Amino acid sequence: MSVSGTSAAVRAEGAAPERRARLIALIQSRGAIGVLLLATIVASLRFPFFPTVANFENIGTAASFLGLVAIGQTFVIILGGFDLSVGSLIGLGSVLAAYALPYGWWAALLVPALAGGAVGLVDGLLIARAGMAPFIVTLAALLGVRGIALVLAKNSLVIATPGVFGLIANGQILGIDNLIWIVFIGFAIAAIVLNRTRYGVAVFAIGGNEEAARMLGVPVARIKVLTYVVSGTLAGLSGALLAAHLSSGISTAGQGEELKSIAAAVIGGVLLTGGVGTMAGALSGVLLLGLIENVIDQIGNLSSYYQNLASGVFLLIAVLIQTVLTRRRR
Amino acid sequence: MSDIILETRAVSKRFGAVQALSDVSFALRAGEVHGLAGENGAGKSTLIKILTGFYQPDEGEIILSGTAVRLDSPRAAQRQGISAVYQEINLIPERSVAENLFLGNEPRRFGVLIDRARMERSAAELLARYDLAIDPRARLGALGLGLQQMVSIARGVRLGARVAILDEPSSALTGTEVETLYRVVDRLKADGIAILFVSHRLSESYRLCDRLTVLRDGRVVASEAVADLPRAALIGAMLGRNAEAIHGNRPARTPREGVAAFEASGLRWRNRVRDVSFAVRPGEVVGLAGLLGSGRTETMKASFGAETKEGGAIRVGGSSVPSPTPGRSIAAGLAFLSEDRRAEGIFPKLSVAENLTATALPRIARFGFVSRRKQAAMVAEFTKVLGIKTAGPNAPITSLSGGNQQKVLLARCLATAPRAIMLDDPTRGIDVGAKAEVHEAINRLVEQGLGVLVTSSEMEELMALADRLIVLTEGAVTGATSTDGLEVQDVLDMLAQPHEAVAHP
Repeated sequence: MSVSGTSAAVRAEGAAPERRARLIALIQSRGAIGVLLLATIVASLRFPFFPTVANFENIGTAASFLGLVAIGQTFVIILGGFDLSVGSLIGLGSVLAAYALPYGWWAALLVPALAGGAVGLVDGLLIARAGMAPFIVTLAALLGVRGIALVLAKNSLVIATPGVFGLIANGQILGIDNLIWIVFIGFAIAAIVLNRTRYGVAVFAIGGNEEAARMLGVPVARIKVLTYVVSGTLAGLSGALLAAHLSSGISTAGQGEELKSIAAAVIGGVLLTGGVGTMAGALSGVLLLGLIENVIDQIGNLSSYYQNLASGVFLLIAVLIQTVLTRRRR
Repeated sequence: MSDIILETRAVSKRFGAVQALSDVSFALRAGEVHGLAGENGAGKSTLIKILTGFYQPDEGEIILSGTAVRLDSPRAAQRQGISAVYQEINLIPERSVAENLFLGNEPRRFGVLIDRARMERSAAELLARYDLAIDPRARLGALGLGLQQMVSIARGVRLGARVAILDEPSSALTGTEVETLYRVVDRLKADGIAILFVSHRLSESYRLCDRLTVLRDGRVVASEAVADLPRAALIGAMLGRNAEAIHGNRPARTPREGVAAFEASGLRWRNRVRDVSFAVRPGEVVGLAGLLGSGRTETMKASFGAETKEGGAIRVGGSSVPSPTPGRSIAAGLAFLSEDRRAEGIFPKLSVAENLTATALPRIARFGFVSRRKQAAMVAEFTKVLGIKTAGPNAPITSLSGGNQQKVLLARCLATAPRAIMLDDPTRGIDVGAKAEVHEAINRLVEQGLGVLVTSSEMEELMALADRLIVLTEGAVTGATSTDGLEVQDVLDMLAQPHEAVAHP
């Protein structure tokens, strides 16, 4: 009797805050999707050029390069770090793709991916094994990798006969652009990996409480290295697809994408402190940034600088809401 | 009771010049709750860290179920069936209870995908076995600290723990949580798991333990069945000196009449502080008696301005502090010592001197430049008055023992020359000797006319310090009494009483 009475009391104690915490967690993880839908509706009503299939495809393909990078970035941020090297890796990837294409379209995908993975491996080892700060390590990579890309190709490398390679980025399957397929399938796989595999759970655990994860037997260093490898690989791949899309390898491509990918993840409810986040949220963040860009581009009389302003405002609001919600939860 | 599961034989461990453990032999039997007692620095944590694979013994061996083992990492210890629960939860607060229970060996389908349904079912079964009404899908962080510790224990059991080490599991638990802990411990016992229980609370040790082993200066000084080790003997063994010293008698005092050193009226903050009023006279110690969560810390923080009060008035030395912030309160002559030394107290990267003078900079600076001479003088004065044991004013604060860190923080409060001071559990987590010194220091200050408001998680301590008590229940004042001739049990009765005055909004 008394035993069950105590249990009930204990349960009642925890129930109300838990319900509120769940609601808040829902807003944190799904809020960005709501905002994306709302923004889509508003833009559709307000701008006649906006709600067309062609325009949505434009947004999707334009956002796909950032999207791939954002998948890796989201893993890294949930892990409790961040990866500043991904923008430069897009540049390096696109240059390497152009160089590797003569050996085959597969080489043009593989070489950039491997190069990105290698950079991620070095970053990851320095961060996980040597215990260096992610900011410094990946900042060094940002500078160094961009340098390598510029050394390899001062001017853009024109790809004369893209062939199959070009088709990968510019073709369609079932009437939908391949790039859109790639990014959506990428996010779907990433969501499954994040939520349904031991690796994903370990990423959450490390970001949530690294010391505890270590004590619970999670191979922290290995998971960290692997995550930076994933991020680097996806960034290299993103660069390759950009080269295929534009038929040229551009060493200056991808500048600023590292910060945009962080912004997209954070707008999507991924906590910069680690341990919390969803792929659906990050995807919404990517699309939201793409939507802002698209609308401001087409308004015509607005300078593209307004894109940055609008993105900045969105980011700030997202972080503000996150902060307030996180505080409420305690 | 004879089957020994875990045994240490002549284990020694040295850190530099400090002999942390010497020749420690003790045995843990199946189905026994074995208490480990000792002051801070007696070697308890070193021993636990050796048993959990964090440290390797320099000499001696660890015998697990009859065979000598090497526990060269925490994982190795866990694999051998030694599971530890620490006061600071080592789980992932943002993830679900089930995930925390199964992290690292989640049930899977097709070899890759985690089978959530199965995982949650197994988690529910496991929790039910220990009579824990916890939803496996609940976010761990949403549970109270006590239930989180239960989850941690359950995780150990799931991993096949034969030995459960509970390191001060109850120091932050509420009453119901402590009861739950006791129940779980009884169940573990029945399951034949050996339990090593570390607690600073003697009554708890006596309630739970079958045997007690006492460490002092790294040596085993007693290891007896509970029945053969009465309290006085236990305390004597821990201290190696007369037990009287810990809760020394309160000197007779007459608080000064006239204007209160510090008073609050109608204080409100959220629903945690409800219309709290009290006054502390100069030369008087007032104890805020209440369980954890009764609003005692919140009352202090709202008075000080560390939390923004939502109603009520604060007066320090007769003059009103309209909307207090920590800065304004200090300027008005009120000081506050937080219960959380690490998070809200010390600056871990700064020296003793820098920590001590952090609030008194206006007093030792001219035109914004800190006078090293005045700083040194202030540090020297307080080091002497409070008996702070430090290698020197420039030693890092973290090189000091917990008790001495606490004295530095007390000095920091006093350096602002306050009229009144609020001490939130000032001796939490410090050893008995340092406790007595802090008590002495408080008594001296009060003699000089300081007004003190104090809380403690130990009722005996509160009674030893305070001239009178204000009883807090669920954020409201539900009683007041002088401590003269008062028994601990009387206060516990007052706390336990359901009070009609407590209205829920």
